[in-house]
Amino acid sequence: MTASDLVALSPLILLSATALVVMLSIAIRRHHGASATLALLGLAASFASLRWAASVTPRQVTGLLLIDGYTLFYWGVLLALAAAVVLLAYSYLEHQTGHQEEFYCLMLLATAGGLVLVASSHMASLFLGFEILSVSLYALIAYLHLQRLPLEAGVKYLVLAATSSAFLLFGMALLYSETGSMQLATLARFYMGAPNAALGAAGWAGTVLMLTGIGFKLAVVPFHLWTPDVYQGAPLPTTALVATISKGSVFALLLRWFHPAGSLAGTPVWWAFVIMAAASMLAGNLLALRQNNVKRLLAYSSIAHMGYLMVAFVAAGPLAVQAATYYLLAYVITILGAFGIMSVLCSGEEECCELEDYRGLFWQRPVLAAMFSAMLLSLAGIPLTAGFLGKFYVMAAGASSALWLLLFVLVASSTIGLYYYLRVLVVLFSSLPEDHVKVMLPRGRVPAGAGFSLAVLVILLFVFGLYPAPLWDLIRGISAGIG
Amino acid sequence: MILLWLIAILILAGVLAAVAGRFNAAAPRVISLAALVLDLALCLGLWGRGLSSASRWSEELSWTWVPQLGIHFHLALDGLGLVLILLTMFLGIMAVLASWNGIQRSPGFFHFNVMWVLAGVTGVFLAVDLFLFYFFWELMLVPMYFLIAIWGYQRRIYAAVKFFLFTQISSLLMLIAMIVLVILHQRTAGFYSFDLQDLLATPLAPDMEMLLALGFLAAFAVKLPAFPFHTWLPDAHAEAPTAGSVILAGLLLKTGAFGMLRFVLPLFPHAVQRLAPLMMTLAVLGILYGAILAFAQNDLKRMVAYTSVSHMGFVLLGIFALNPIALQGVVVQMVSHGISTGALFVLAGALNERLHSRELRDMGGLWETMPMLSGVGLFFVMASAGMPGLGDFVGEFMVLLGTYQATPVLSALAALGMITGACYALRLAQKTFLGPNVHHSDFPDARWNERAIAVPMMVCLLWIGLYPQPLLNMIRPAIDNMPRQAVTARR
Repeated sequence: MTASDLVALSPLILLSATALVVMLSIAIRRHHGASATLALLGLAASFASLRWAASVTPRQVTGLLLIDGYTLFYWGVLLALAAAVVLLAYSYLEHQTGHQEEFYCLMLLATAGGLVLVASSHMASLFLGFEILSVSLYALIAYLHLQRLPLEAGVKYLVLAATSSAFLLFGMALLYSETGSMQLATLARFYMGAPNAALGAAGWAGTVLMLTGIGFKLAVVPFHLWTPDVYQGAPLPTTALVATISKGSVFALLLRWFHPAGSLAGTPVWWAFVIMAAASMLAGNLLALRQNNVKRLLAYSSIAHMGYLMVAFVAAGPLAVQAATYYLLAYVITILGAFGIMSVLCSGEEECCELEDYRGLFWQRPVLAAMFSAMLLSLAGIPLTAGFLGKFYVMAAGASSALWLLLFVLVASSTIGLYYYLRVLVVLFSSLPEDHVKVMLPRGRVPAGAGFSLAVLVILLFVFGLYPAPLWDLIRGISAGIG
Repeated sequence: MILLWLIAILILAGVLAAVAGRFNAAAPRVISLAALVLDLALCLGLWGRGLSSASRWSEELSWTWVPQLGIHFHLALDGLGLVLILLTMFLGIMAVLASWNGIQRSPGFFHFNVMWVLAGVTGVFLAVDLFLFYFFWELMLVPMYFLIAIWGYQRRIYAAVKFFLFTQISSLLMLIAMIVLVILHQRTAGFYSFDLQDLLATPLAPDMEMLLALGFLAAFAVKLPAFPFHTWLPDAHAEAPTAGSVILAGLLLKTGAFGMLRFVLPLFPHAVQRLAPLMMTLAVLGILYGAILAFAQNDLKRMVAYTSVSHMGFVLLGIFALNPIALQGVVVQMVSHGISTGALFVLAGALNERLHSRELRDMGGLWETMPMLSGVGLFFVMASAGMPGLGDFVGEFMVLLGTYQATPVLSALAALGMITGACYALRLAQKTFLGPNVHHSDFPDARWNERAIAVPMMVCLLWIGLYPQPLLNMIRPAIDNMPRQAVTARR
């Protein structure tokens, strides 16, 4: 460990320290606003130190963490997402009974886990990151433990995530016994069929087990069964966290792991990804069709979106990493915005996530409804929004690798997907029922912090949808090192 | 720059209308109308200046947009585009006037959607970068969806969703074809470009060319709509509010034909020739099938919608006849169909406002109390039936003439469409305006806005019908500028 190593790690260190500070501050005196402010300040400091860390990268810190442009880019994204979640959570938790402060401590830890995942180049750090993220999420999902649904979701997630961690760990052991290495880059070479590197039965079994663990976190078919229940049961800020930070960091890890050199195309691992991609796109969109709860609907849609992402992932080629990164960014902005708007609208202790709760929202809260529509259209991939360009890049990446079958599945399934986004849009814009009694948040009372983060998300949605060139350059720069 | 302004004015007016609508119900209408009149004036100015004979484009604008993928914000204007944006602004004004009194609910958002759909249409007619074209192509979709889904009639949700899904799946196929074309171009030329001019030179294997052409045609055939991809059309047209129907029939259908003229013919000349017999057969089927179904409808708007299927069959036929005379006829037919069908939808909307019904059985004998509206209606019905002296006749005649040079048999069959056209037109006129006034309906005659719509539309149709030369002069260079192998190969 040299001083430069510490500099490179400074965002992670600052973030972990913030989690501690928040915890200690709770021990001294409980204050919701203070905890949220501390969390925000810590995230800001951590974000600011990215620039400092960038001065010493790329750098392999011990055998575990690789800090390069790619890592720092994703760290920045995760930290910004966490800040937005803090802002949204503050206004959400204000309405909840019980302690609010620990939420920030836990979510900072989850973010730290995500940071470790993104940077990990070794199985040990991968598992550490995985567990820090999971364990925080157990508590975050069941945070409103006096209500039935969050508790149920928390237990469900606990059992399944613990099982998937066990799978992951066992897979690692098998792979290590076969290859004698815990470096992810070395493992990737085995999959690409490098000379003198053939995997035996134990190695493949280990691979399958590891993919199970990772697939669970990404919630791709066939490891998706937990998604709707957890999305529905978890408090909205936690749902946003699961959908963005958890999935985003795991995907970033996967992208780095399998793209250090050459292409996977044609290998068994590649086929596994192709099948998971196609199945996720179709199953996610088909299952979302009949959902009447917006959270469940978005849960199924997230399965489909992971499928789209995987199309870019399996495409390989120069466009693939860039397309996947762009898509991921567009997706997390959009989905965070969607959950954010929902959490702003849910003013009471009860969440209003049934589709019927949104009937005629446009005529009551035109601005929020318009924002929500923009998010839905972005999810559906309609131009003007970041979601469209994301889909466009994914299609370009797929076409340049001639993945015709996947592209046609993508076209068919995103048309199916459009149907249920339109269903929500129809409800937003339909007329109010005669006996309308349920009052959403009274006019003009969006909390400042949440309002600010929503405004930023909407602006980003359109900026990335209309003027992608600078971001595209940035992504090209950071992905040059890994792909 | 003026091309950008044409679009920007509409977009800004839309935003302004939405904002103003929160304070004043009348303001959005005035703002929209003013913006469209301004745009129309700009277009007329462009026309008056004359088209450049030296270069292909008489007006051009190109900015780098996404340099990494060679995407440019590239707008360009030729005679074809000019004719169609003139039509866009003209019908836009008519659509705003037609909904002057009818829209009570959230007029701000309504006019926002009208303006944005028109901006999308204008962009489609001007874009010569494939990505930009797709961008505008999709931009038309969402506001039109809202127009149908919020302000439509009873089955509006079903119609709007069907419209959106049909269009979306076909345009995604087009998007894939575009991307593949660009990647193939990149492999031979070494750089990414979405520019039409660059892509024209891409060498394509025959089978690949066919697949790509089919990808593009999927989107355009659904939008046109070509038989058998037309099933979204009657629902969407019938359920849309009047302004929506006018824009759908008058403009959105034309974007399909325009896409074929601008992109499919020049980009895939060999595939187009292989596809021509098939497409022309589909076109003739569409002409006859649309006419027969129109004859059988009892709902006035659905009836007019099916006549569109029939008329757009002529457009498709002319495009794939692949010779200059037919192509000129296509453009004339596009303009005159836009006007005559747009007028019929305004008429149906006006009747619906009074009768609160679109059923033919609730009408009849309207001439007795509404002579002016009925007379005007008869004029447009006759125009739609292809009466000589009115615009549609010129277009259909030229298409048939051009088709005859290609395949006399199909031309003869298509000519039957003019007879079936007379059948449904006469039935329409008989069931609504003429006959005894059995329902004893007594309604006010044409209002000021209805007169303001009818007169310019009648003048235009008469003008095209009697002296189409200025229009043909505008189109001719654009047709001549098409790559040789696409158009004249059959002669």
